[in-house]
Amino acid sequence: MKDFEFHRPASIKHAVALVAGTAGAKYLAGGQSLLPVMKLDLAEPTALVSLARLPGLADIRVDGGTVAIGALCTHDQVARSADVAKAIPALAELASHIGDAQVRNRGTLGGSVAHADPAADYPAAVLGLGATIVTDRGRHPADTYFKGLFETSLADGELVTAVHFPVPKRAAYAKFAHRASKYAVVGVFVAETAAGVRVAITGAGATVFRSAAMEAALTTSMTPGALDGITVPTDDLNADAEASAEYRAHLCVVMAKRAVAALR
Amino acid sequence: MGNAQGIGAAVKRKEDRRFLVGRGQYTDDVTLPNQSYAVFVRSPYGHAKVNGVEAKAALAAPGVLAVLTGADVAADGLGGIPCGWLVKSKDGSPMVEPPHPALAQGKVRHVGDPVAMVIASTKAAAKAAAALVEVDYEPLPAVGLLANAIAPGAPQVWDEAPGNVCFDWHIGDPATTDAAFAKAAHVVELDLVNNRVAPNPMEPRAANGNFDGANDQYTLYTTSQNPHLTRLLLAAFTLKVPEHKLRVIAPDVGGGFGSKIFHYAEELLVLWASRRVGRPVKWTSDRMEAFLTDAHGRDHISNAKLALDANGKFLGLRVHTYAAMGAYLSTFAPAVPTYLYATLLSGPYDFPAIYAEVKAIFTNTVAVDAYRGAGRPEATYLLERLVEKAARQLGMDRVELRRKNLIRADQFPYQTQVALQYDIGDYQATLDLALEQADYAGYAARAAASKAKGKLRGFGMSTYIEACGIAPSALVGALGARAGLYEAANVRIHPTGSVTVFTGTHSHGQGHETTFAQLIADRLGVSTDQVEVVHGDTDRIPFGMGTYGSRSASVGGSAIVKALDKIVDKGKKIAAHLLEASVADIEFKDGQYRVVGTDRVKAFGEVAFAAYVPHNYPIETVEPGLEESAFYDPKNFTFPGGTHLVEVEIDPDTGVVEVASVTIADDVGVIINPMIVDGQAHGGLAQGIGQALLEEAVYDAEGQLTNGTYMGYCMPRAADLPNFKVGNHVTACTHNPLGIKGVGEVGAIGVPPAVINAVLDALAPLGVTDISMPATPEKVWRAIQAARAGKGA
Amino acid sequence: MPKLTLSVNGQPRTIDCANATLLVEAIREHLGLTGTHVGCDSSQCGACTVHVDGRSVKSCTMLAVEAEGAAITTIEGLATGNDLHPMQAAFKEHHGLQCGFCTPGMVMSACDLAARNPAPSEGEVRHWLEGNLCRCTGYHNIVKAVRAGAGDMNGGK
Repeated sequence: MKDFEFHRPASIKHAVALVAGTAGAKYLAGGQSLLPVMKLDLAEPTALVSLARLPGLADIRVDGGTVAIGALCTHDQVARSADVAKAIPALAELASHIGDAQVRNRGTLGGSVAHADPAADYPAAVLGLGATIVTDRGRHPADTYFKGLFETSLADGELVTAVHFPVPKRAAYAKFAHRASKYAVVGVFVAETAAGVRVAITGAGATVFRSAAMEAALTTSMTPGALDGITVPTDDLNADAEASAEYRAHLCVVMAKRAVAALR
Repeated sequence: MGNAQGIGAAVKRKEDRRFLVGRGQYTDDVTLPNQSYAVFVRSPYGHAKVNGVEAKAALAAPGVLAVLTGADVAADGLGGIPCGWLVKSKDGSPMVEPPHPALAQGKVRHVGDPVAMVIASTKAAAKAAAALVEVDYEPLPAVGLLANAIAPGAPQVWDEAPGNVCFDWHIGDPATTDAAFAKAAHVVELDLVNNRVAPNPMEPRAANGNFDGANDQYTLYTTSQNPHLTRLLLAAFTLKVPEHKLRVIAPDVGGGFGSKIFHYAEELLVLWASRRVGRPVKWTSDRMEAFLTDAHGRDHISNAKLALDANGKFLGLRVHTYAAMGAYLSTFAPAVPTYLYATLLSGPYDFPAIYAEVKAIFTNTVAVDAYRGAGRPEATYLLERLVEKAARQLGMDRVELRRKNLIRADQFPYQTQVALQYDIGDYQATLDLALEQADYAGYAARAAASKAKGKLRGFGMSTYIEACGIAPSALVGALGARAGLYEAANVRIHPTGSVTVFTGTHSHGQGHETTFAQLIADRLGVSTDQVEVVHGDTDRIPFGMGTYGSRSASVGGSAIVKALDKIVDKGKKIAAHLLEASVADIEFKDGQYRVVGTDRVKAFGEVAFAAYVPHNYPIETVEPGLEESAFYDPKNFTFPGGTHLVEVEIDPDTGVVEVASVTIADDVGVIINPMIVDGQAHGGLAQGIGQALLEEAVYDAEGQLTNGTYMGYCMPRAADLPNFKVGNHVTACTHNPLGIKGVGEVGAIGVPPAVINAVLDALAPLGVTDISMPATPEKVWRAIQAARAGKGA
Repeated sequence: MPKLTLSVNGQPRTIDCANATLLVEAIREHLGLTGTHVGCDSSQCGACTVHVDGRSVKSCTMLAVEAEGAAITTIEGLATGNDLHPMQAAFKEHHGLQCGFCTPGMVMSACDLAARNPAPSEGEVRHWLEGNLCRCTGYHNIVKAVRAGAGDMNGGK
């Protein structure tokens, strides 16, 4: 690993200024995605700006119809939050299956959402629930946030501070994990929301995406059987040693059915 | 006997404490004064010419002490890495044995082949400088896959090995086998692949070399299963320094599974480099480097044919196997697909005729050598898949077909058609025990319950045998081994009666510090707390051949017993003197020498004390002191065997195979410590199930390893495995003093075909007839899809 | 080089190390506590697991500078004098270790589970240990040990 400057600012403003003022600087939250790639010299930031001392970013608040989760909340914190479990049990359940126990103790919601790994779990919930990504300078609706492979609508240096999840009527997440890495080969988040049925799929493509066909079918009938006969086009799906595009397409439907069966 | 800590007692392990409190000392934990660090520049190509190595920039980097290349290795006259076993082809010609320089000279032949060694004062500096070494590679056509290497016109790994053939070997009688097939009522044929796996001990390899110029003395700390063998090869072939100037220490070693048997170039290079830079030099592999440079296991392509009569009795077996060697011949590589594989093809069955041909093939990959089971898992997989297929093809019950053909208990000693003579076993007994423990009778109900959940349940079995306790020196010498395979021990009784045992075997998880102490406790009547077992240091231990091939208890333990016999006998002479009796009247039992039929006794400790304080002592006829050495050369291999039963549940929607249960009944001979024996079985099972369902080291056609990290190579995790039911039925080995056979490898040998047979059993109703290891979810799903499509469903 | 102050096994320690130093490097190389091991380079194997402020963390995937001011517990800090910690004792009692290399990480991870869940089921233990690889034991006895150790830690003994 190449050496770098290390900063530990105490305010969001200072953090943002540090990243803006240093070419090649990056934010460091839990580091569970960034450090592994730095160890392989696949990322060589000149400076890391630690978010650990920023105040107020590790809170979970349930307010009316919204669960607001601070960007620095660890996966473990979300998984074990009684408030989250009560409001959106699917979200707590999702968080409890990210990575492994040690990763969940360090990895954060904000880090995951900003990194936008195509096989990460959180993006499925963010898009599936139609959440809002809150930053130091504004708000990003989930539907226009995930742009592509590791690509989001965040501007350079924009810092995710929280994600606001609207409480759905019912939701569930079903994941088919990579046997070795435990990332999602396919993960499907199904939610019955005030604005209608939403189905978000992670792991299968370059970034998380919604399935209009599944949403339409489930709007007609919120049953696993409603998804019979739906096929996911393989054109834009990932293919690797673990799963071909064809297998992933198949898994999208299987996991969607399992999520529907598990809605609560 | 009569000792609660003796043979048969589940004594808690003496070695555990240091590991549990973080005080184990593994090779990378050893940091010497003035330590320097080595990092290797390794080939990114499967095959390439090396036109030049430019080290100027690296040499100028901060902290760099030296950059060494193949030219330096040649100039200093270091020997090539030798192969320890010569196999001859059918026509009597020796195998093609290409040179294996420690650093590449002119060509690289696999990804990871070392080209240069950078030594610096810190690891970070060495790593940074290694990135500055410029190697001028000229890529050559490469062949990464065994299937491609045997094809006509394949790229040549070695000019001197046309068709990439290292040797073309055979065993058995082709004529009687042809005759058997000619009269067969049924012939069952199977093509199969035994997947290449990476051994992955959790501790990566490491080596720390120190040359002490003042004493002209070399010391090597290394992750080895056999420090004396490493010293022998360094002394005789590679470093060319006599043994008394060379100390090899294998301290705590974090697992080996075969991969740490072999003499690797890095062991030589750190010693040599230490002399060159005048500082100790440490190299520690990272995991990606381990995937590229630790010898892999398996990698066979086979065709097998089984001849049966109308009643299902086996008449003959014909096998043709291609076995990958990798680019260079590792220490035991040629022995694995020959004398540890084809000689096992009779399995536990009575076969009147067998003929097997094995072609060893070079590929542009890291070497293939012994990995837990080494040859025997490949033989068992082939045979048990074939027998299972025969049961289906003939419409016979899988248990009854096996039962009909198992060697009966009254047939021992049993001479196979492939050179081995099994001394003893009771294969029906282990079969019965396994079936009972697995509640085979209740299987139909469990299958129905799975079906009700929408799952497919399958039952699979394997009845297997292995040969271990490696090995009778004269026999393996006749077969091409270039070393003896006896074992050595020294037992030192201290004046107060405590004991130090020096063993030539090496414990890297097997618990020798406990089981060997139990042997002492059993024999001398002392507590295991009074015994210290020393292993892994060539300066402390007289000699030894190390730990592999499930040999430590049967061969190493027997050497200890021989030394103990000498101790006990000498003690009798001392006791006779002390008790004023004749030696013939002294018996030794429960830690006491006794004049037979009297209550006149001397405790063992009193005799030991007398030996060291010989005031009242038979000094004219008996030397003072109480310490004995012994070498034990086994008379035969030992032959553990048993039955492994697996039930799987398959999710037909995803293809995911869940291992629902694993029940095994083994005969590993006499058991010293049942807790440790069960643990060894568990570990072997995990690796066997891993090979069957999860693991495969995947090279591409050009010799790139495509999944050489834990993000791609699927190691078995806790959630991938069930609890295991382990049973034992003991028949004592007839030719070693302890009756021990060995347990280190049985799990990895017996279980893979049982898993795959269970998968195929689950999928049989859908029309699936074949699947390869590892049976990954997509592979299973595709097999289901293909079968459904084939049926027009 | 930056100076770093942290508490290790209850003792205040100061380290001079580069920012790019991983916590595991600081523990092994700067503090000489070699009980914490490195078994991979992709944050998978868990041999490097330590506790940071009471939570299990892969010390290969955390910078030493991030631990400034934190309380680190390594495997060396679990036992009290000659008395093994109940989780360590359970690993010995149930033969939950063989070569010992993964053991420190396993024990540290298991302690975190036991702190949250005094009576984990077999399935809960197996799920929890997803971040810890063992090549020797087949996990059978580790699972037994963790369940027993959790019970003992929580007043079962």
